[in-house]
Amino acid sequence: MLILECPYCGVKAEETELAAGGEAHLKRFGPGSSDDEFHDYLFMRENPKGVHFERWRHANGCGKWFHAARCTMTLEVFGTYTAQTAVPTQEIMDKITAKRPGWTWREFSDGQK
Amino acid sequence: MKRYSAFAVAREALRYHTGWERAWRSPAPKRHYDVVIVGAGGHGLATAYYLGKNFGITNVAIIEKGWLGGGNTGRNTTIIRSNYLQDPSAAIYEKARSLYETMSQDLNYNVMFSPRGVIMLAQTEHEIRGYKRTAHANLQQGVPTEWITPERVKELVPIINLHGPRYPVLGGLWQERGGTARHDAVAWGYARACSDMGMDIIQQCEVTGVRTENGRTVGVDTTKGAIDCDKIGMIVAGNASVLADLAGFRLPMESVALQAMVSEPIKPCMDVVVMANTVHGYMSQSDKGEMVIGGGTDGFNNYTQRGSFHHIEETVRALVETFPMVSRLKMLRQWGGIVDVTGDRSPIISKTPVQNCFVNCGWGTGGFKSIPGSGWAMAELMATGHSPLTEEFSMMRFKEGKFIDESVAAGVAH
Repeated sequence: MLILECPYCGVKAEETELAAGGEAHLKRFGPGSSDDEFHDYLFMRENPKGVHFERWRHANGCGKWFHAARCTMTLEVFGTYTAQTAVPTQEIMDKITAKRPGWTWREFSDGQK
Repeated sequence: MKRYSAFAVAREALRYHTGWERAWRSPAPKRHYDVVIVGAGGHGLATAYYLGKNFGITNVAIIEKGWLGGGNTGRNTTIIRSNYLQDPSAAIYEKARSLYETMSQDLNYNVMFSPRGVIMLAQTEHEIRGYKRTAHANLQQGVPTEWITPERVKELVPIINLHGPRYPVLGGLWQERGGTARHDAVAWGYARACSDMGMDIIQQCEVTGVRTENGRTVGVDTTKGAIDCDKIGMIVAGNASVLADLAGFRLPMESVALQAMVSEPIKPCMDVVVMANTVHGYMSQSDKGEMVIGGGTDGFNNYTQRGSFHHIEETVRALVETFPMVSRLKMLRQWGGIVDVTGDRSPIISKTPVQNCFVNCGWGTGGFKSIPGSGWAMAELMATGHSPLTEEFSMMRFKEGKFIDESVAAGVAH
């Protein structure tokens, strides 16, 4: 069972208390962007076999959105952090590097274009 | 290949069954093939089979990292139906369903296709409208389905509880010619036929790289060495994104776990397939007597082939309220598979940014029923560069806004 610690209220919540929200750190594109950019923003996903950064909502708890770093191959959780965090903390990055040397992710984005 | 027949059974009975041949060869890979298919599941093997049968292309290798039919082909709930709302879906799923009808004869392999009928229960006002609309659409598409009353549902499924604690059964969408088939036999039958045409099925051989030159695919690197090819077909379901990454392009999809389970075998009690999409569970009875049960997908990305326990609970709860008599059944096995889900819940059968590299993926939770139709269409696309069945399923449709939106049409359980 997947257990994530909500970075806002500090509750260790198991997944029935949470709602998954898909890939995190997407760069938003809207009016004025090219078709390719808008398409990629809406539909293209990293879908990695390994380290994944994703959004979760503490739906049956404090109700807030947060981010989690997790491995899709082992379900191991590397850490959670607030939704306002543009780039995962160094502590989480170091933890991932120690366990998954050579992991990659596209450029982190704060959500703004 | 020696044909299977009643005569063959009698002949072998008289000589202590010493004359049976292996169903397919397991050769070492050659240096070059005209076509390399990555993934020896149902869809990959069917593609190879129709490449040979319909287009005479037999210099084909089917590469599989695990064992043949060991992925989602061996992990589904074997339901076959074609009652989809959108025209492109109805066309390819109905093609598949019709090919299932003659598959055992075509392949000389008993796939135990059982057109026992499929009911999709309507348990909300919304579902009533949705399924009536689908029945009308199916009429236009030439797919025989009909809207049936709760009384008719009870007649077809005596064990059902029409007045459940949460959702009453208000009717259903009935496809009489839908049903089930033996999933492993579909893979094995295609494999045997492919091998017989001279194709090489190479198991335990993982693709580690896709080689391209000037934007064209020229071969694959595998754990059994490099293999050159003119065309490559990627048909690997949940791992499609990983393979696309090796070839240098991305796919609009995410991989999630979908679970199923079977109960202990019991006496025959239900001779149709019942899907209850609102409460989220579906069930049929196998020839062995086990109740075959499927549920919903998890919400998060996952490659582990195991899903969340609370989804099992949800599925069981749904079935107990719909079929109270199953409440005392013990479950024998439970398992998960990794399904590849696209934005509009419809598959991708398409050319890719890499020339001569084709992709067939995104079948999500509805892959098994489409195996022959998918293989037929994919083979046509790979051989001729064009197929009327795949036109709408291009990976470009997301950019063009031409979705084939079955997520609304079919609820959740595809």
